[in-house]
Amino acid sequence: MAKKSPHPGRTIVVFFIGMAVVFGLVALGGTWKPGLGLDLEGGTRIRLTATGGNVDPASLQTAADIIDARVNGSGITEAEVTTQSNQYIVVEVPGASQKNLIDIVSRQAQLRFRLVAQVADGTAPAGTSTGSPSSAPGSGVLAPSATPTPSTSSSAGPGARDTPTAKNRPLPGFAQRAGTATPSASPTPSGSASPAASPSSSPSASPADQTRKQQIDDPLTWQNSPDAQSLAEFAKFTCPADGSAAQVKDNPDFPLVTCDDQGQKFLLSKAIIEGTQLTGASAGIPQNQVAWAVNLSLNGEGAKQLATVSRALVGTDQEFAIVLDGQVLSHPGFTGVITDGNAQITGGFGQQAAQDLATSLKYGSLPIAFEKDPTIEEIGASLAGNQLSAGITAGVVGLLLVMLYCLLYYRGLGLVVIASLVVAGTLTYGMVLLLSESAGFTLTLPGIAGLIVAVGITADSFIVFFERIRDEMRDGKSMRVAVENGWVRARNTCLAADAVSLLAAVVLFIFAAGVVKGFAFALGLSTVIDLVVFFWFTKPMVSWLGHFDFFNKGHRLSGLDAENLGLDRLPGVRMGGKA
Amino acid sequence: MSKLSRLGNDLYNGHVSVDFVSPRRRKIWYASSGLIVLMAVLGLWLKPLDLGIEFVGGSEYQVTLKSDQVNQSTADEVRAAVAGTGIADASAPVVTTSGKNGILVQTKTLSTADSQTVADAIRTSTGTQQQDISVQDIGASWGKSVATRSLQGLVVFLVLVVLLIWGYFRQWKMSAAALVALAHDVLITVGIYAWSGFEVTPATVTGVLTILGFSLYDTVVVFDKVRENTKSLRAGRTTYAQAANLAVNQTLVRSINTSFVALLPVGAILYVGAVQLGSGALKDLALALFVGMAAGAYSSIFIATPLLVQLKANEKDVMAAEKRAAARRRSADPYADVPVVKGDVTDDPGAGSAAVEPAYGVDVDEPEPEPEPEVAPTRAPRRPEATGSGRVAPAARGPVGESRSAGRAQPTRQPRSKRGK
Repeated sequence: MAKKSPHPGRTIVVFFIGMAVVFGLVALGGTWKPGLGLDLEGGTRIRLTATGGNVDPASLQTAADIIDARVNGSGITEAEVTTQSNQYIVVEVPGASQKNLIDIVSRQAQLRFRLVAQVADGTAPAGTSTGSPSSAPGSGVLAPSATPTPSTSSSAGPGARDTPTAKNRPLPGFAQRAGTATPSASPTPSGSASPAASPSSSPSASPADQTRKQQIDDPLTWQNSPDAQSLAEFAKFTCPADGSAAQVKDNPDFPLVTCDDQGQKFLLSKAIIEGTQLTGASAGIPQNQVAWAVNLSLNGEGAKQLATVSRALVGTDQEFAIVLDGQVLSHPGFTGVITDGNAQITGGFGQQAAQDLATSLKYGSLPIAFEKDPTIEEIGASLAGNQLSAGITAGVVGLLLVMLYCLLYYRGLGLVVIASLVVAGTLTYGMVLLLSESAGFTLTLPGIAGLIVAVGITADSFIVFFERIRDEMRDGKSMRVAVENGWVRARNTCLAADAVSLLAAVVLFIFAAGVVKGFAFALGLSTVIDLVVFFWFTKPMVSWLGHFDFFNKGHRLSGLDAENLGLDRLPGVRMGGKA
Repeated sequence: MSKLSRLGNDLYNGHVSVDFVSPRRRKIWYASSGLIVLMAVLGLWLKPLDLGIEFVGGSEYQVTLKSDQVNQSTADEVRAAVAGTGIADASAPVVTTSGKNGILVQTKTLSTADSQTVADAIRTSTGTQQQDISVQDIGASWGKSVATRSLQGLVVFLVLVVLLIWGYFRQWKMSAAALVALAHDVLITVGIYAWSGFEVTPATVTGVLTILGFSLYDTVVVFDKVRENTKSLRAGRTTYAQAANLAVNQTLVRSINTSFVALLPVGAILYVGAVQLGSGALKDLALALFVGMAAGAYSSIFIATPLLVQLKANEKDVMAAEKRAAARRRSADPYADVPVVKGDVTDDPGAGSAAVEPAYGVDVDEPEPEPEPEVAPTRAPRRPEATGSGRVAPAARGPVGESRSAGRAQPTRQPRSKRGK
C-alpha cells in the first residue's frame, strides 16, 4: 500500500516550478520556435566529390553510411545522406550552414598511431637542420646522431631487437647520400605538395628493399635507427608555410614523413595502431586539466600493442605520434605503461574541435577521400507549404475531440484529463524547444504528427487511473480511499506498459541510424513526459480534488456520482434528505 | 452515457459478461483474424510494397532557373506538374529549391520515355529550355545498412521485450501471446498499407515502429488485469478462463476509451492527409498508425487473451480449478436458472445487486436486454461445496481463503460493513 501523499498541493507546486525552470531555460535561449526539419524548412546541401573520378560504388556507399552516422551521431538532427552518380555524396542537413559541419562530413578521419623517429622544423629549407624547436615536449631526443643512451636500449622492449640497432644506425649525412643512391627510391618532388615517397611504387623488390622492409616492420627498432631512404625523404621534406595540412600519402605499412600544424616535420615509423582498432572516442575535459581532449579507447589487439610500445618507451624521451589524415595531431611521450587501451589526444582543442574530432573518429574512417571544396548550397522545403498548417490543424482538432470525449465521459474528471493533456503538450513543446536549442533537435512533419499522437496516447494513463478509481468505488470504497488504492494499481500497470515503450525507444535509439533514431528519441521523450505528468501532476491533482465535496460526495457533474458509476448509491456517502 | 456507465458497472461486477475466451468464441476470433492476416499477406504478394525514393534511389533533375523564379511557390508548381504526368514512379516527386538559381526534382528511376515526359513537364511549368535540365542518378538514403541496423535493433528489442514481460508477469506464456498479437498487428498494418497502394516512405516506417510499441503497451495493460484476477485462483471459485474473461470485460471500458482517444487525432490527420491534401508524408504516417492502433486494441482482447487462456489450459493449477468448477456445476441447483421472486428478502452478498427494477427485485437472466453481449447465468444460490469425493463441506459464510495453519481452506469472516445489511 502506498503511503498517502500528504501534500498533493505541494507536489503540484514543485511540478510547476520544474516546468517554469524548463521554460526559463528556453527563454534564456531566446527562440520560441523549434528547429524545423528538411521537409518543412529546407537546409544546407553539401555535395562531396570523391577524388579521382568514379569510385567503387560499394566503398562510396560505405562512405555515405559513415557520413550518415556522423551527421546523425547525436541522433536527432534528421539529416539525409545519399550517393549520386558513383562519384558524389550529397549530405542534406536542416538549418543554416555551419562551418564545422563540412569538416565533420568530409574529414576522412584515418587515425594512426606511429612512433616518432625524428622531428625537425619543417618550414626551414630542406636538409638544413635535424634540430627541433625546444618548445615541443620531449623533442630533444630525436636526433638519431645522438648515441642511444643506455636507458633507451635497456628499456626498449624485448632486448633482442636492440642488437641490430647499433649496427644499422646511419649517420644523417650518410643516410642522405645513401637515399639518393638507391635506385628504387621513387622520385621525391620537392615543395610543400610533395607526397611522402611511397616505396611500394617500385615494382620489383630489390634486395635493398627487402632489408628495408624488415627494418620498418620492426617499428621499435626502426625508431632508433630509421632506414636510409626514409631519412633522405625526411631531410628533403618541407612543410607548407601557412601551417595547413601537408599533402602526403598515408600508407600504414611504410614510414611517413609529415608535419603538424606548427610547421614541424616528423619522421614516423609504420603504423603501430590503426584507427580500425578504436572502440570508442569521446570528447571531454580530463580531471585536473582545463583544455579539452579526445579520449580514445582501443580494442584488445590495439590495447596490447599500446602496452608493448609504452613498456618500451616509458622512461625514455621517445615519443609516439597520433596521425590523423596524414597530419600529426599530437606527439606525446609515455609517462607510464598503458595497459587498459585508453589513450588521449590533447593539445590545443577547443570544445567544438574536440567534439567534432570525436564524432569523426567514432564512426570510423572513410574508405575514400573527397576533394577539398565541396559544393554547398541552401535548399528549400521539400513539402508544399500547406502541409504543415494542415497537419497541425488536423492534430489540434483531433486533440480537441479527445478532450470533448473525455469531458462527456468523465465529466469533472475530464477536466483533469484536459489539464493533464495541456500540461503534457506544453511540457513537450518546452522540451522540444530546449533540445532544438541545445542538441539540434529538428521537427519533421511526421515528427510533429507523431508527437501529437503521442500526447493522445498519454491520455491512456489517465484513463487507466480513472477506471481503477471507479472500480475501487464500485468495490465499496469512498472516493478518497479509492483514489489512493486505484493509484497503486494503475501506477504499476502504467509503469509496466511504459517500460515497454521506453525499451523500444532506447533499443531503437542505440541501434538504428538516421531518421529512425530521431523517431526513437521522440518516442522516449513523450513516454518520459507521460510518466512525469502522470506521477507529479495528474495523481496529486486528483488527490487534491478529493478534498472537495464536489468530487468526494459525488456531485452529478463530477464523473464520480452513483449514476455515472452505475451504482444505486455511492459508498460512504450519506444520502441524507436529498435522496 | 448513463446507460454506458451502468454497463461499465455490470461489466466490472461480472453481471454482464461478453464471452471472449471460450473455445467456441476463440475459434471465431482466430478465424476472422486469420482471414484478415491472409488478406494482408495476399496483398503483400499481389501488390508488393511500393518503396519510395528514400529506399530504392532514383533520378534527380537539376533545373537551372532565373533567381527571381526560385521560390517555394515555383517548387510547388513543379511538384504538381510532375505528379500530374500520370507516371506511377513520378507520382510523389520531391521538389526543393536549391541555392540561388536552381530547383531539384527527385523521382524514382524512370524509363527514357518517361524521363523525357517528366523533363517536358518541368520545362512547360517553368518555361526553361532543354539544356537547363540535367539528370543524375541518386542512391538510396535509406540503404541496406540502415535497414540492417534497424532490423538488428528490432530483433534486440523483441528479445528484450520478451524478457521484460516475462520478468514482470513471471509467465513466459504471456510473452508468447503478446508477441503473437504483435505479429498479427504488424502483418495487418503492412498488408493494408500494401493494398492502399501508398508509397512507403520513412514516415511509414515511423508509423509501423510506433505500432510496435503501442500494440505491446496495450497488451501489457490487459494482461496486468488478467494477472491480478488470476493471482489467487485456488482461493476463488473461478476458473482461469472465467477470471481472464472477467479481466477483459473489466478493462473493456478502458480499452474502448483508449482506442477512441488514440484514434481520434490519428483519424483527423488521416482525413486531412489523404482526403484534403492527397499526398505527402502525413497520410503515410496516419494510415499506418490508424490501422495499427485499431489492430493493436483489437488483438489485445481478441487474440492475446484467448491465446493466453489456451496456452495456460494444460497447467496444473488451471486444470484443478476447472475440475472444481465442473464439480460445482454438477452439484448445482438444477433450478438455479428459474427466476425466483425474492420479495423483500435481504440481499446476500454474492447474489448480486443487479436488479434492474427494484420493484420486482427479480434475479433475471439478462439484466440488460441487449442482444450482443452474452450474459452469464446468475449464480445459483450457494450450495454446499461438492468436491466429487463424497464429502460435503459445510457452507462457507464468506469467500474461502488459503490458510497455512490448518492445511485446508478456512472460511473468513468479513467485517460487518462488507456483509451487507
